[in-house]
Amino acid sequence: MIDNTATILDVANLKTVFNTRDGAVHAVNGVSFSLAPGELLGIVGESGSGKSVTMMSLMDLLPSPPAEIVSGEIVIDNEDVRAMTPQQMRALRGGKVGFIFQDPMTSLNPVFTVGFQLMEPLREHLGMSKSEARARAAELLDLVGIPDAERRLKDYPHQFSGGMRQRVMIAIALSCDPKVLIADEPTTALDVTIQAQILELVRELRQKMGMAIIWITHDLGVIAGIADRVAVMYAGQIVEHAEVKELFRNPQHPYTRALLETLPKAEGQRDDRLRSIDGQPPNMNAAPTSCEFAPRCAHAFERCWSENPQRVSVSEDHDVACWWNAKNGGPRHA
Amino acid sequence: MSPVGGMQKTEGRDMLDDSAPLVKVENLKMHFPIYRGILSRRAGEVKAVDGISFEIMEGETLGLVGESGCGKSTVGRALLRLYDITEGSIEVNGHDVSTIEGEELRKLRPEMQMIFQDPQASLNPRMTVGSIIAEPLDEHTELSKSGKRAKVGELMDAVGLARHFADRYPHEFSGGQRQRIGIARALALNPKFIVCDEPIAALDVSIQAQVVNLLEDLQAQMGLTYLFISHDLSMIRHLATRVAVMYLGRIVELAPRDALYDAPLHPYTEALLSAVPHPDPSQEATRERIILKGDVPSPSNPPKGCNFCTRCPKVMDICRSEEPKWRNFGDGHFAACHLLD
Repeated sequence: MIDNTATILDVANLKTVFNTRDGAVHAVNGVSFSLAPGELLGIVGESGSGKSVTMMSLMDLLPSPPAEIVSGEIVIDNEDVRAMTPQQMRALRGGKVGFIFQDPMTSLNPVFTVGFQLMEPLREHLGMSKSEARARAAELLDLVGIPDAERRLKDYPHQFSGGMRQRVMIAIALSCDPKVLIADEPTTALDVTIQAQILELVRELRQKMGMAIIWITHDLGVIAGIADRVAVMYAGQIVEHAEVKELFRNPQHPYTRALLETLPKAEGQRDDRLRSIDGQPPNMNAAPTSCEFAPRCAHAFERCWSENPQRVSVSEDHDVACWWNAKNGGPRHA
Repeated sequence: MSPVGGMQKTEGRDMLDDSAPLVKVENLKMHFPIYRGILSRRAGEVKAVDGISFEIMEGETLGLVGESGCGKSTVGRALLRLYDITEGSIEVNGHDVSTIEGEELRKLRPEMQMIFQDPQASLNPRMTVGSIIAEPLDEHTELSKSGKRAKVGELMDAVGLARHFADRYPHEFSGGQRQRIGIARALALNPKFIVCDEPIAALDVSIQAQVVNLLEDLQAQMGLTYLFISHDLSMIRHLATRVAVMYLGRIVELAPRDALYDAPLHPYTEALLSAVPHPDPSQEATRERIILKGDVPSPSNPPKGCNFCTRCPKVMDICRSEEPKWRNFGDGHFAACHLLD
């Protein structure tokens, strides 16, 4: 089913449900995407749209129960992830796949030195000796732009600023030369000038190391500056997916368009009034049977209320899940 | 001139007549002591706000931007006298609020209110929405029970909450709705001046626009004056009449909105604006970015001379020794930088 000739990561029809005491929450409802080597895929969506749960599901990082991966195929570097033993999974995490989380304070262990935390994956995954690992750890810190790397290995996370801690997280994620790096809102907790530093660093590292990256964010501005392709998520589904320039120039899904219109412009003509998307995101306690965006959509018609749209290709490297779009062909370069 | 004696500070108002300053801040300083050791000896101080002056005109929105830790929230809280200020003077609606205390200060509370960042933390989870919105009325008015209920209903209409939600608790609401509850509470006493401290930072983009539009509508209807504190420069550009940029406890630049965004004078403002990512891939691919090196220094030990000298891409020798003067460059455009001398 999955054609993985030129891809490093393939996900097909991933569904994750949380079985809670208050009923099921259908967090991820049939997500499919692929990633080519060296490519940066941006995933945008609001809180609760299932972006993080999708990534946690890929790496089997969700506590089960309550989480349950109901269906889906996950293939990383030609290996079927869902058939892996716990030992194989552990080798995969931090090995072929690196992770960067949003909050660098809570994802670093406060009672171990940064050096220890950098050396841990090197010794665990690559079997390095202590001295080899220390030398490599210093190199890594240097790579992510932390001055005086050798000495700073002995420091604890609290001795680093927010931006520096995120650099440490990146160094750890890159330590085993991963083929895929998953970055979950890595700059959300940072100030704009520090965010600019981290984005610049990631651009540089991509050129140097060539890993594929999945970059999760809610910030369309960040995505515009860094991604090759973008997937827009809403209520646990990818509703639109396109090459980055195409998505911003020619958004097809009413949600994507509304999302772009709600943003105040940083330059040029100023709007008198911001466009807002009325209503609230759905509560997701049942698997979708209709378009989940229909209650907030200005274009919704009968079919939207009775059938859940699937992604259909509108042009090369651009697909969208929308009945209105399928019916009307969508706006072209409006 | 005002017939009231001792009100010399109203000088110059006649010139500006229709847009007189509602809030006047002069040389405001807010230093927090640091205590160390078992004897809690005073070991220094965090200079969160270190000598700033500005005015907010009646009916305008002054945007206050800066990175975390620059002191912008402290300014907002100090203006409302949630702190005892270290030095300087604050005048709100003709009253000097910098030194008054107790009952005298309490009487002025209805005029100045605040909307907080985190709508989860700023609403008491054990109170119903109705009683949260009515609390300022209990405290400051003599309204009867039915009078209060009517007022709460009006307020809920004004912020777009259905009246029957009055008996529910905050946890039953989404983030955007909770922020509306906070706004209704702030409006309960017909304030003139509202400090909005990052009121949309915790909300999703699609909800941010709803709340911002609501705040703008209310301002138009009720003639409110806002100090809008935010780190979101695009949103400030949308909202503000004038913008002040803070760095490490000082305002480095203050100007009417368009002047600040189109022709920033201070290198920090330039860098800050250049760091904002634009939702436009072709522009992002070609844009020149100014990437600042390093982090913001600690406000307990700010650098000598210009605050920004440790990160400034255009730093000169004089910046490390002498503090730049706050100067007017015409048309209400102020900045403090040696490059401009």
